[in-house]
Amino acid sequence: MTSPSSGEVIAKPAPSGIGRILDHRVLLSIVVLALLPWLLPSKALAVNVLIYGVVVMGYNLLFGYTGLLSFGQAAFFGAGAYFTGIAIGRYGVPWFAAVPIAVSLSTCLAAAIGIVSTRTRGIYFSMVTLALAQLVYYVALQAASFTGGENGLRGFTVDRISLFGLQVNFLDPVNKYYVLMALAALAMWFQSRILNSPFGAVIEAIRENEQRARACGYDVERSKLVVFMLSGAISSLGGCMLALHLSIVPLDILHYQTSGMIVMMVLLGGARSFFGPFVGAASFLILEDVISLWTPHWQIVVGAIFVLFVLFLPKGIWGTLMDVIGVGKARP
Amino acid sequence: MSGELLRAEGIGKRFGGFVALEGITVSFAAGQLTSIIGPNGAGKSTFFNILSGALTPTSGKLHFRGRELNGLPQHRFVHQGISRSYQITNIFPDLSVHENVRVAAQALTVSYDIWRNRTRLTELHARADAALEAVGLLARRSELAKFLSHGQQRALEIAIALVSEPELLLLDEPTAGMGPEETKDMVALLERLADKRTVLLVEHKMKMVLGLSKRVVVLHHGRLLADGAPDEIRSNPEVRRVYLGQSEGYG
Repeated sequence: MTSPSSGEVIAKPAPSGIGRILDHRVLLSIVVLALLPWLLPSKALAVNVLIYGVVVMGYNLLFGYTGLLSFGQAAFFGAGAYFTGIAIGRYGVPWFAAVPIAVSLSTCLAAAIGIVSTRTRGIYFSMVTLALAQLVYYVALQAASFTGGENGLRGFTVDRISLFGLQVNFLDPVNKYYVLMALAALAMWFQSRILNSPFGAVIEAIRENEQRARACGYDVERSKLVVFMLSGAISSLGGCMLALHLSIVPLDILHYQTSGMIVMMVLLGGARSFFGPFVGAASFLILEDVISLWTPHWQIVVGAIFVLFVLFLPKGIWGTLMDVIGVGKARP
Repeated sequence: MSGELLRAEGIGKRFGGFVALEGITVSFAAGQLTSIIGPNGAGKSTFFNILSGALTPTSGKLHFRGRELNGLPQHRFVHQGISRSYQITNIFPDLSVHENVRVAAQALTVSYDIWRNRTRLTELHARADAALEAVGLLARRSELAKFLSHGQQRALEIAIALVSEPELLLLDEPTAGMGPEETKDMVALLERLADKRTVLLVEHKMKMVLGLSKRVVVLHHGRLLADGAPDEIRSNPEVRRVYLGQSEGYG
């Protein structure tokens, strides 16, 4: 994982072996994710890691790289899922068209929420995003004829998909995993693209010092809106993946508890690291699986672990690991 | 191209009932170093914030190269050619020294581009390195900015302001919190800068100001008290009374 803050790249004194390998972070991540179904105890868990990993990765763009603590990311996760389900179930749109449609509509939702929320700062930003996301939740609850209300959205099963003339049985967990992984790979490529770009430098400057970024000549408010939309777009793709995977969209996905879970996942894995979101999603879901076997109060244990992380490992599992092996630090 | 660069006309600023500035009319010619001095609370920082766009004046007009600046958002000021440094060190602590300056250089050309690689914008890297060299920080370009000493952070601060090639460079107490050695280095740097461009300086250290500036503007209680060459200011009885006398001379 090269640190995306590496402006020193051009005259970087011969990068270490690890540094050079990790320059190909997208490729490496794809390799790890391709092996995931065989590393984890169940295929179902692997699919969830993939989906939440993408959602959290989108959130990381906003929280980790731009420094904006939003409590409303569930709105875009949910929007992606609902729009996909509605497009397929209600309008008979094929799945490969439903996904870009859902992402576009979710990005518009992110624009609407972003226009209001990015005018505020700090705790006010967190609260405004939380409130607006809850608004989306209640709209989904009330508009039952479209969304299925509290029963969730049903009736859009995607059982087989054709890829370049090839019929793939989408009910087979392995096939499903690799189709969804292609979408995750697209998201990772896009995220890496943003982080390597000039705009990636702008959002980091805003995180580091908003006042200074403005004095340097950046339109801070507009940049925040743009990153809010990009972040929403990536997270909504995770929602599309969820809808394709489950063939239902549970209403809970829009609830603020989902937003809270996204925040916990990014902190567990490591904000500001490229692969951290997947590590965070995996650790959270594994903890949930394991601990709920011996107590129904698994949330207490996960909560305690989360607190320990915030206190003692603020860079999360992956971020700390990267520090230990010396990647991502500015090289003297 | 000497001649008027910046003109402030009847600038006033109120914060609620408090009048921070009133009726400041002053113009600055291109190509010299001018200092703005005054006791604490004289309105220097407010005036500076207005000149750099951080505050909007409640009355009066600002003209820069004949163009009116009123109503322009702060981030557009750099694009007009006015760049500033801050009194309190104001850098990007967790970015490398080089990236601190590079991102400032980038602000004038690209903001929203997500399709190119920032490492390939080689011209920006070169400009950043040139600015770092000008302030003597090139050797430390790859370190994180937060690991620099206080004096070096102040120099970095100036490099950030300098890299936009501003026509007017506003420096807010560049030697604040510096020891005598660091101050000496900074004064040398300021002298080099003033050779090539128009610099406006807010400073507390009288001795330094009088030695360095071609012209000194004195503010007191939000009003213009005196304006002239250092020698005139030194012998101006009003200035001596409000400023020099109270701080036992040369602070």
